[in-house]
Order: sequence, then C-alpha cells, then structure tokens
Amino acid sequence: MTAVRFQINGVAIADDVPPRLSLADFLRERRNLTGTHLGCEHGVCGACTVLVDGEPTRSCLMLAVACDERDITTIEGFAGDRVIETLRRNFHRHHALQCGYCTPAMLITARDLIRRRRAGSEREIRDGLAGNICRCTGYTNIVTAIAATAEDIARETPNA
Amino acid sequence: MIAGGQSLVAMMNLRVASPGLLVDISRLPELSSISENSDAVSIGACVTHAAVEDGQIVDPSRGLMRRVAATLAYRAIRTRGTIGGSLALSDPAAEWPAVLTALDAEIVARGPVGRRSIKCAEFTTGVYETNLVADEIIESIRVPKLPAGARWGYLKLSRKSGEFANALAVVVADHARDHSRVVLGVANGAPLVLEDTSRLVAGRGRDVRLAVAADLDRAAGRHFDEFQRNLHVVAAMRAVQQVLQ
Repeated sequence: MTAVRFQINGVAIADDVPPRLSLADFLRERRNLTGTHLGCEHGVCGACTVLVDGEPTRSCLMLAVACDERDITTIEGFAGDRVIETLRRNFHRHHALQCGYCTPAMLITARDLIRRRRAGSEREIRDGLAGNICRCTGYTNIVTAIAATAEDIARETPNA
Repeated sequence: MIAGGQSLVAMMNLRVASPGLLVDISRLPELSSISENSDAVSIGACVTHAAVEDGQIVDPSRGLMRRVAATLAYRAIRTRGTIGGSLALSDPAAEWPAVLTALDAEIVARGPVGRRSIKCAEFTTGVYETNLVADEIIESIRVPKLPAGARWGYLKLSRKSGEFANALAVVVADHARDHSRVVLGVANGAPLVLEDTSRLVAGRGRDVRLAVAADLDRAAGRHFDEFQRNLHVVAAMRAVQQVLQ
C-alpha cells in the first residue's frame, strides 16, 4: 500500500492505495464516484476521461499512486461550471444521449474542446470527439449540442 | 520505468505486460526541461505530446512537430503521453520514431556509466526493439533546427482521427543544401529511410512513384502485401507533394 493525498472535486483526500490500482477503479470503488465509466480499459473508448490538474486524462491509464498531490475533477465535480451547465442544457435540448454511458466523458471532453477553442466547426468537433466512442447516437446530436454550446458561450462572453 | 503510461498501462490492463516493479519518472524536472543553442533544441524525454501541440516548447522543426503532435492519438492521451516514452516503446505505427528520424534527431540515453548519443535512425532496431540497454533511460532528444527555407511534408493515413497509422510518411527537404530525407513509418520494423526517394526529392525529381517502389523492393527483410505497399506509395507521394508544391 502507498499513501497518497490529493484533491478530488475540491476535497482533500488521503488514502492508502495498492500501487496497481487505476485511478478509475479508485474513483469508482473507493470513492463511489460512479459517473466515471469504464469501457475498454485501454485508452480507446474515452468513457473514463476525467480532469487531472485541469487536463483531460484517461483514468483507466493512470495509476492512482501517480495522482499523488494532483487535483482531480470527475463529472460529479462540475457544479457551477458554466460550460458544463450549458453543455448539460444543450445535451438535453438536442437529445444528445441515449443510454448515457459515454455522456460524462463526452461532457468533459466537449468542455475541453470549447475551452481550447477547438469547437469552431463540425469538422473540428468531430475530430476532437474521435477519442470518445458513443454506440447509440451516431454522434450527430452530440455534435449539434456541442456546437450550440460553443455558440452560447461565445455569445455570453464576446471578448473572451 | 513509467512516464506517461499511455501505452504501458494499456498493455498492463490487457495483461500483455506485467512488470514486477515500476518506477515513475514523469515528475523528474530534468526530464521535462528544454534547452536550445544555435543549431539544435534538446527536448526532455518526459515532455508530453500536448506540450508540443500547444507550442509550449521551442519548435526546431518549423511546425512539423506541432502538426505531428496534434494528430497523435487523442487529446486525453496527449496530455500524459511523452515523446521519450513513444521512442522507448518504438511501436512501429508510432509517429515520433519516423518523424525524428526524418529530422535527423539524436537520442541522449543516460545510464549508470554516463550519457551517450544515438542517432534516431539507428535507435529503433525493429518492432518494439531499440538500442537502449536495460539500465538506461532516454534523457532527452536533440533535434537539429531546420534552416530557414527548409520544407517538410507529413502524411498519416488512418481510418479515424487519432488512430494508429495504417501508413505514415515524413519528408524533410532543404533544397538550398540539396538535402532531403524521406521516411516511412508502419514499415514492419524500424522507420524506413527511402534512399532513392530522398535523393530524388533533393534533386527536385518528379518520378516519385518509381523511386518509392524501388526503395520498397530493396528494403531487406520487409514484406509488404499489395495493399500495404500501395498505402506506403500513396502516403510517400502525397507527403513529397507537400514539399514540392
């Protein structure tokens, strides 16, 4: 067991973890943060994407011990985040999910695309979503919802 | 050794790799540092693809490395995966071994007896095989600066954005010095330097298809089926076209 300390969704956590435990399993099984989903467990499906120090990261490809002193945000930790709240509204309005398995990571990935200004066209959004697989929607409504969010955010903050 | 872990942890999850001990080197500041002199930039082994993509490092390649990084896997992989890790694993479909061979980069390896430099063209020796010995790690990669006026071409063929390449061609050409190097990835082994094609491009020759075909015929010990061969030819021709335009 290895002692680790980190912030998860703004809360300081100290725990002892086995070195082989992935961040995804730690979040789901030790912290009950089950909004982080596991699909392929080798970095292809994107369902386990969380933020580590503000950067989107595959939680299945990161060991919990490697997160010592880092800042982790899961889908449960975005209350009050304007981009995520606008994304949620638009995912609802445009029917951008069916089973919902990919949705938490879709939201986190879409937020990153919008913040890095990589959501300016359908092409760009589809490129940016290549690492997040959805087996229900055919992506069309997800792309529409992200494009609508990018427009909403740009309208609210014209000079940002 | 584990740096970004974006291949290693995937291999562990698939039970392809089961190391008894892992040492995390990703937070050693020396391995993420960048230094520059008049003719080269040294990039620490643990610099991430995302850092290259975002222009956080001095780019010796006049945009080639940024372009490569931006289309390498997915953003959530690029934020963790490192340039040194990509070289150390030397997946035949990976971008950096081929691209850094085209740029004539040198790998600086560090072990208990000190440092040594290995030309990138000699570093990868086969599929997942390198010249690194068991007690060495990659410390940095020294990339010569492309002179003003030098041009590059890069073409990655894959069915989906961010996937591993089905074919990969990199061309660097400095016509002021009659120099060019054309390199293929996904070449059933180490990155394949196309000698005939390189000479042809240096001399601004046009019959690229023939030269690539001759180079592929001559590549010892490499077997390409007709489909793969065609992909290589198309990738090389399109990459060369970017340079000659």
